[in-house]
Amino acid sequence: MSLERLSLDRVAVGELAEVSLAVAPGEVVCLSGASGSGKSRLLRAVADLEPHEGEVWLGKQAQSQVAGHAWRRQVMLVPAESHWWAETVGEHFVNKPEETELVALGFELDALEWQVGRLSTGEKQRLGLLRAVSREPRALLLDEPTANLDDATRDRVENWLTSWIESRGWPTLWVAHNLEQIARVADRHWRVERRRLKEVVDAWT
Amino acid sequence: MDVIELTWWQLALAAVMVVVLAGCTAAMRLGMSRSLLIAALRTVVQLTLIGLVLEALFAAERLVWVALMALAMLLIAGREVMARQKRRLKGGWAFGIGTLSMFLSSFTVTVLTLTVIIGPDPWYRPQYAIPLLGMMLGNTMTGVALALDRLTDTAWQQRAVIENRLMLGQPWQEAIGDIRREAMRSGLMPMINAMTAAGVVSLPGMMTGQILAGTSPALAVKYQILVMFTITLGTGFGTLAAVSAGSRRLFDSRERLRLDRLSAPRK
Repeated sequence: MSLERLSLDRVAVGELAEVSLAVAPGEVVCLSGASGSGKSRLLRAVADLEPHEGEVWLGKQAQSQVAGHAWRRQVMLVPAESHWWAETVGEHFVNKPEETELVALGFELDALEWQVGRLSTGEKQRLGLLRAVSREPRALLLDEPTANLDDATRDRVENWLTSWIESRGWPTLWVAHNLEQIARVADRHWRVERRRLKEVVDAWT
Repeated sequence: MDVIELTWWQLALAAVMVVVLAGCTAAMRLGMSRSLLIAALRTVVQLTLIGLVLEALFAAERLVWVALMALAMLLIAGREVMARQKRRLKGGWAFGIGTLSMFLSSFTVTVLTLTVIIGPDPWYRPQYAIPLLGMMLGNTMTGVALALDRLTDTAWQQRAVIENRLMLGQPWQEAIGDIRREAMRSGLMPMINAMTAAGVVSLPGMMTGQILAGTSPALAVKYQILVMFTITLGTGFGTLAAVSAGSRRLFDSRERLRLDRLSAPRK
């Protein structure tokens, strides 16, 4: 189990003013805000997919000290829409996931043999999460991980994600729109308002 | 055996027939008689000029002039490679990568072929060097242009896939690996096809020319095989260099996909 903090030190990208924020091991920090306010770009900057100002730390390791791919293997971003390049689902996995994980996400056991072309948007989203998690990162960046799911599946995926985050101690940034979901999964909640990211002091606990 | 002399009025006869063809297309309103005539005229002017240049070059037989001619050919080929790309790398990289990879492959293979294999005296004898380099550059240019165009255009279309692969922690070489392979394939395909069809479907132009000039078919065939191999070498290594350098340039030092380094296609 890796118990490292993910800290953003004056990260600035695009319109958003610089962000300093620390996420403790196993903590879920939700980010919300109007679409186009720069949440996704912030996640991309944390994963170092976009040029940006400032530094990101995972424990004692600075983003700029490791190679790009090595950083992204540890700080894994799961986009809202996942993309698939090989023929079958299974070819996209480095480590074959446990059957229990497939079942937990509502799949049949043969899902890994499926053709990528027949996947629905919701199936792609869930398999995209499984694909990322099964690579054993050390921090998670989730961009609207349940955007394309119905209510029952959404609950299932939320529970599955939070139990992974808890058991592995991954610091997690989770972009979400739905306030109820934020109340369910977040330890803390930050919101983009007028180009600034501010902590929302809990009104629900 | 000498080549039968061709006089200008004999050429004029062929030209009259092209004009007749243009007349026919005009009568059928195909709307291409104008471009047909212009193209025919360009052929006459360009080839006459290059004929004069080659005559002078052959008479002088100086390394400086051969090198200058080769340089001019290389730069024109480099410009052509750039012009044939839909989304090209900005800041002179499209020209630079294309020209440099053609220089490395075509020039090396041509010089090696001249010095080691054919061995004319002196080795830069324009009668051998210029046609050989011309065939090399012409084909390498096609390969490099096709490969670079395929590389940049596919990378742009599949940017979401490439980025998703990066997000999963793949190194840039792996994230763009499929596209690189496709680009290499499209650069090498014309030459592989030409070698496959040679002699069965098409009689290659150089061999035909030598036979017309009185060379024995057996010797012409040997030269043709040599030329096809050298062209394949030039195209292959040129494409390899261009695709390697081009795909590297699509990523920065942090292995981010940088499509902002490509220009928008011209309408």
